[in-house]
Formats: sequence, structure tokens, C-alpha cells
Amino acid sequence: MTTVARPQMAVCPGCIAAPDGQNVEAPANARLALSLPTIHCQACISTIERALNDHPEVETARVNLTLKRALIEAGPDLKAADLIPLLEDLGFEAHELDLSALTATDQDKAGRDLLMRLAVAGFASMNVMLLSVSVWSGASDATRDLFHWISAAITFPAILFSGQPFFRNAWQALRVKRLNMDVPIVLALVLALVTSLWETSLSGEHAYFDAALTLTFFLLAGRYLDHRTRAVARSAAEELAALEVPRALRLDDTGATAEVALGDLVVGDHLLVRPGGRMPVDGQVISGQSELDRSLLTGETLPVFVETGSSVSAGEVNLTGPLTVRVTAVGADSSLHQLTELVAIAESGRSRYTSLADQAAKLYAPGVHILSALAFLGWYLFTFDMRVALNIAAAVLIITCPCALGLAVPAVTTAASGRLFKKGMLIKHATALERLAEIDTVVFDKTGTLTNGTPQVDDFAALSAQGQQVAYALARGSDHPLSAAICKAAEAIGVVPAPVDDLREVPGFGTEAHLEGRQVRLGRAAWVGAEPAAQTAAYLDLGLGDVQAITFSDSLRPGAEAVVQDLIRSGKEIWLISGDAENVVRDMAARLGITKWVANALPQEKSERINTLVEQGHKVLMVGDGLNDTAALTAAHVAISPASALDAARVASDIVLLGRDLRPIAEACALSQQARRRIQENFRIATLYNIVAVPLAIAGLATPLVAALAMSTSSITVSLNALRLR
Amino acid sequence: MSVLSYLIPISLLLGGLGLAGFLYTVRSNQYDDPQGDARRILSDEWDERPKP
Repeated sequence: MTTVARPQMAVCPGCIAAPDGQNVEAPANARLALSLPTIHCQACISTIERALNDHPEVETARVNLTLKRALIEAGPDLKAADLIPLLEDLGFEAHELDLSALTATDQDKAGRDLLMRLAVAGFASMNVMLLSVSVWSGASDATRDLFHWISAAITFPAILFSGQPFFRNAWQALRVKRLNMDVPIVLALVLALVTSLWETSLSGEHAYFDAALTLTFFLLAGRYLDHRTRAVARSAAEELAALEVPRALRLDDTGATAEVALGDLVVGDHLLVRPGGRMPVDGQVISGQSELDRSLLTGETLPVFVETGSSVSAGEVNLTGPLTVRVTAVGADSSLHQLTELVAIAESGRSRYTSLADQAAKLYAPGVHILSALAFLGWYLFTFDMRVALNIAAAVLIITCPCALGLAVPAVTTAASGRLFKKGMLIKHATALERLAEIDTVVFDKTGTLTNGTPQVDDFAALSAQGQQVAYALARGSDHPLSAAICKAAEAIGVVPAPVDDLREVPGFGTEAHLEGRQVRLGRAAWVGAEPAAQTAAYLDLGLGDVQAITFSDSLRPGAEAVVQDLIRSGKEIWLISGDAENVVRDMAARLGITKWVANALPQEKSERINTLVEQGHKVLMVGDGLNDTAALTAAHVAISPASALDAARVASDIVLLGRDLRPIAEACALSQQARRRIQENFRIATLYNIVAVPLAIAGLATPLVAALAMSTSSITVSLNALRLR
Repeated sequence: MSVLSYLIPISLLLGGLGLAGFLYTVRSNQYDDPQGDARRILSDEWDERPKP
């Protein structure tokens, strides 16, 4: 750990006692990271730090309130699982973060680099502006020359340092013979510096040092805003990924389990997958019976029965009994990875999009160059004076320089993504908002997206009183989601559990018990001897000869109906495409008022359906969460996934919905249209300034004062316009 | 106008000092946790004696 000596800041007497140690740096080589979503005040910080530092194995622990995270440096044997109960006892929610998924420090370096250049440009431009103000207000002769020389001495090193991002980008574009926004910027900077230096050496009246510096400053400010917005979104997205620590329980020859990282697994290893756990790899069951929830892979809500010999694939959730699984594929061979390849093929929806800024640059960059070259030629042919012609060409370039254009997009996207983040939406991709403004068709996935993915009992009251009591008693013996739903329904109407004996769970089948000498069972159709229904159902056998079915349906996510209504009202076409069975999808579509639906869709069909819509000229927004949606998410114009989605789906989407509520989607669509309007307004404002100022520049009437005024006022109006966004 | 020969270097120096100070704060990670730092000052845990 590095410690930098800090000067004691003793400004007010009360602060003298302020502990210097408060600024101890975050542990540089932290080994463990914990996410602490509920901390909010200084008391939380000190309680947690004290608790962690009191642990004998912990060397240092530091809480970061902004990121709601604790970084801990500790002995090699300490596991995050040892610390989490410690914090939970104190009343704080804590989750382990996978440190290898957190690479925020690299991005931080880029951000810090930009900030440094911004600071240098700001410092230099303020100084040069002060000198220029005295020149504009009448300094003459030797004083003016002195001021110009001092300005030059400040400007050259400052621009060489601060302008590097522009130089690099412009060079990269020129090398492949293309024009981007940075080419006219660099040309303007270079031309302004050269002519100003020339003028200064000839004791000339006009020098554009201040203009060159303010230009750099404003443009860097735009870049920094842009970078910050993206860095915030990326680090939040990374945190979501880091919360899923990829581990597996490996069984050795003696039957003992050891926790290992996924990367260490090889084909043939035996793994133990506990109920509630997710399959880490593809494999084959070698012992145990259970049910699997495949909804994240296929969208199917009916749990699938597995026993010895069945094959399982990564991403499925084990519901009832413990399973021992022999690994059959890891890494690139696994089914998870093959889906990723499907995604790679679908990749194209987004790459076809040119951002508004690029569209503007495409029109703008050649225009400016031609205008400035014409001004140069015209004045040279008119006066045959190289100095005058060059001066005017420089003035044209500086005045048209895309200062306001450079701020037009980032100022709006920063404001908009800040607003959306407060509503629980994370904008991951830079142009996601612009694309979202264009959509006219919304495609929803069903399971896990429009629904919670947790079942609800349809009609518990339909059971007899005894049936309710027995079902509740049996359901209490299992952690299966259907049992949990029965318990919830029973508790809601205050059912008293029947007094059953010998309650036991038969993994993969259900629970059974004895009631007054009869055997009662709750479980799969075949096990209790019933005809399976098409719907998700559990079957109750009261031992009296007849079997009753308890049917379930998936509960809607909060805001699902509202978001569909809002989107329909704003004139968008809504599709429901699901991998689930037809009758379930039809019911759901009818309930939400969606007229276009597709059931039993395979992952390929989903993305093909989207491609068909795209070919018909629609701009499609895909909302989905499962692995089976990944290819469709990638093929769509914009993709949104909820935070509960699998990592692969979140990676494929542009926007992540952090809360459970779906309503922000409709709000985001409206806000994105507003943002797009603001961006276009900003372009218009910037153009208006140019229309006024360019004739002046071409006529040779533009002084450095006019240039400075035009540049600053246009940048400020553009930023203010961006802030009007609500 | 000879006063300029003092004033300009002095103003540049002061401005430069501010810039150096800012760069120092950026380099020493002082913007890593703005919310946390704003809250930590309110903690009275180490008011009586410095943190060991």
C-alpha cells in the first residue's frame, strides 16, 4: 500500500483535531470487495470500517460511499463469506464482488488524464483571456506585443499538452483517409497558432491565442462529460457482473466438496449443485433427482424433471434435490458459449447506426474546409497579400469551429442519462439514447421480463378447506418455487396447516406425508397419478381417490401493464415473443392487450423475427432477459434488459433496468425523443451562430474579440439548452 | 507600466499554484469517493485523539 505524505490542513481551529488518517488511501492491492447497497451515512462508514478492521485477518478495510463498496486487504485465508455474516449482524446487507470483473481503475486513468488536460487548458485560457482583454480594451505598441508574446509562451505548451486527444483522433482518421470532427479542430488550432505567431512577430494587431485555448477548453469539457457519463454507466454495469461470482462445488474422490473457480474445472470433474444453485457448466447428472428451471435459456416456465443420465446445461437453476453432475463441456464448448456465437452472427443492428454527431461531422467537416480555402483563395487573388489571406482563413476556421457542436451531444446525453439513472435506468452505450428515440416497434420477452419469473397460485380458494390446509402443510416441506407460491397464497388468507406426520420431500417429484393414516402427496402429475395439464400445475392427492390440480401463472412485473399501455398510446407496435407454451403466451398477451404474439420461439427464431421486422423498415426495441433472448437483443436497434437478467443478456443490451418496475421504459422512450430534439436544436443554434459570424469572418471583419464572443455565447447557449431537459 | 513586470509573473504564479494544487488532488485519488469524504468529516470518532 502506498501512502502519500499529506500536509496537515489546519484552516479552522475546529479542524486541527480532524484526524489526518481519514484520508488513508484505498488499499492498493485489495483482495476482497464487498458491495454494500444499504450504506448511506458517516455512521455506517465508521461502524463497518471498525467491524472489518477488528477482524484479526483483515489488514486494512476502507469503505467507499460513492460506489457503496468496501475494499479489504487481508490474509490469504480470509474469504468474503467470513465477513458477510459479520456485517449482516450489524444490519448491513453485503454481497461479494468479483474483483476480476471490476476494471474501473483503468477507465479512471483515462478520465483522470482528460481532467488533467482540461485543467491545464482552463488555467492557460483564463490567463491568456485576461491578457487579451487588456489588448482589446486598448493596449497598444510595445505593451500589446509583450502581451502577445506572453500569450504565445503560455498557449503553445498548453495546447501541445491539452490538445493531444484531438491530434491523436485526427491523425487516426486521416491515416485511413477519412474526415471526423477532430480534423477541422486540429486544422483550426494549428492555423490559428501559426498565423498568430506570425502576426505577433510582425507586431500585428490580431492574435487568436485566446480563441485557440478556449476552443480546446470547451471541446475538452465536452469530451470529459461524455467520458464521465459512460464511465459511471460502465462501472455500474460492471458491478452487476461482479456480483455473480462464478464458483462451483467440486467433489473429490472421498466425496468432500471444495469451492473452486469456474476456470479451474476440467471435463470429467464431478460437481455438486445444491437446490437453488445455477448450473455452472454443461454436464450429465450422475446421481440425484430434481427439477430444473430452464426459463432463462428457453423462456419455458414449466420446470423440467431430471434424474441420473439426464444432461443439463449451464444457466439452468436446480430447484429441489441436490444433484451430482459430471462435467461434459467447459468454456468454448459449452452451450452458453455456442449461444454467444449466435450473438456474433446477429451483430449488425447497431453497427449500421451513425450517431447524430457523426452525421453532423460528415456535413460539417468538408464544408468548413471548403469555405476557409475559398476565403483564402479569394482574398489572395484580391490583394495578393499572403498575410491577409492567411489571417482571414484562420478567422473563418476558428469562428466555424465546432465548439458548440462538440458540446451539443455530450451536454444533452449527460443530462438525460443522469435523469434516467435516477429513475433506475443505466445507459451503457453512447448512442443508445439517440437510437431509442427512433424506435417504432417494441418486442417483449415474457418470462422474467414482463413477468417476475416467480409463479402465483391462480385460484387457491377453489380448493376445499381441508385441501388448502393439507396443501399448505405439504408445501412447507419444500423450497420449490411452486411450494413457496402455495405457502404465500395460504398465508395470505390465513390457512392453518393440517397436522401431518412424516413430512418428507422426494427430490424431483414432490412432498408426501401422512394425515390421519392416509398418505397425502403434493407434486408432479405422474407421481400422484394424474393427467398432466398444459399449464404449470402441482397436483394434490388427499388419499381419497381424486387428485386436484393447483394451477399457477406467472405474476406480472410491477408496471408491466402501464408500460404496455403507455407504449401503445405513444403509437408503438408491441410484440410478445416467447419461448413458452402457446396457451400461456396467448393468455398473457390478452391480459396486457397485446395483439401480436409468437409462442414456442427458439432463440434463432426470435432473432430472425426481429430481422424480418428490421427488413420491413421498423426500428425495433427489444426487451429481454434470458440467454434465449441474447441474439434477438443484439439484432435489435436498441436493447433493454432487467438487472435480474443473465450476464450475457446484459452485455448484449444498451440499457439496463435496475429496479423491478418496468415503467421507466416508457419514460425513457419519451425522454430520449426529447433529448434527440434538444440535440437537433443545439445543432441549429450552433449553425445559427455560424450563419451570423461566418460572413463577418469572410469579409475580413472578424476580430479575435468577435471570435471569442461567438464561441463562448454559442457554447453557453448550447449547454443551457441541454439543461432544459426534463 | 513597469508595474506589469511584477504583476504578470505574480498572477501567473498564483494561477500556476492553483493548477498545481488541483493536479495534486487529482493524482492523489481525492476524487475517488466525494460522497464518502463529505460524510467522513461529520464523524466524531477521532475527534479526541488522532487515528492510530
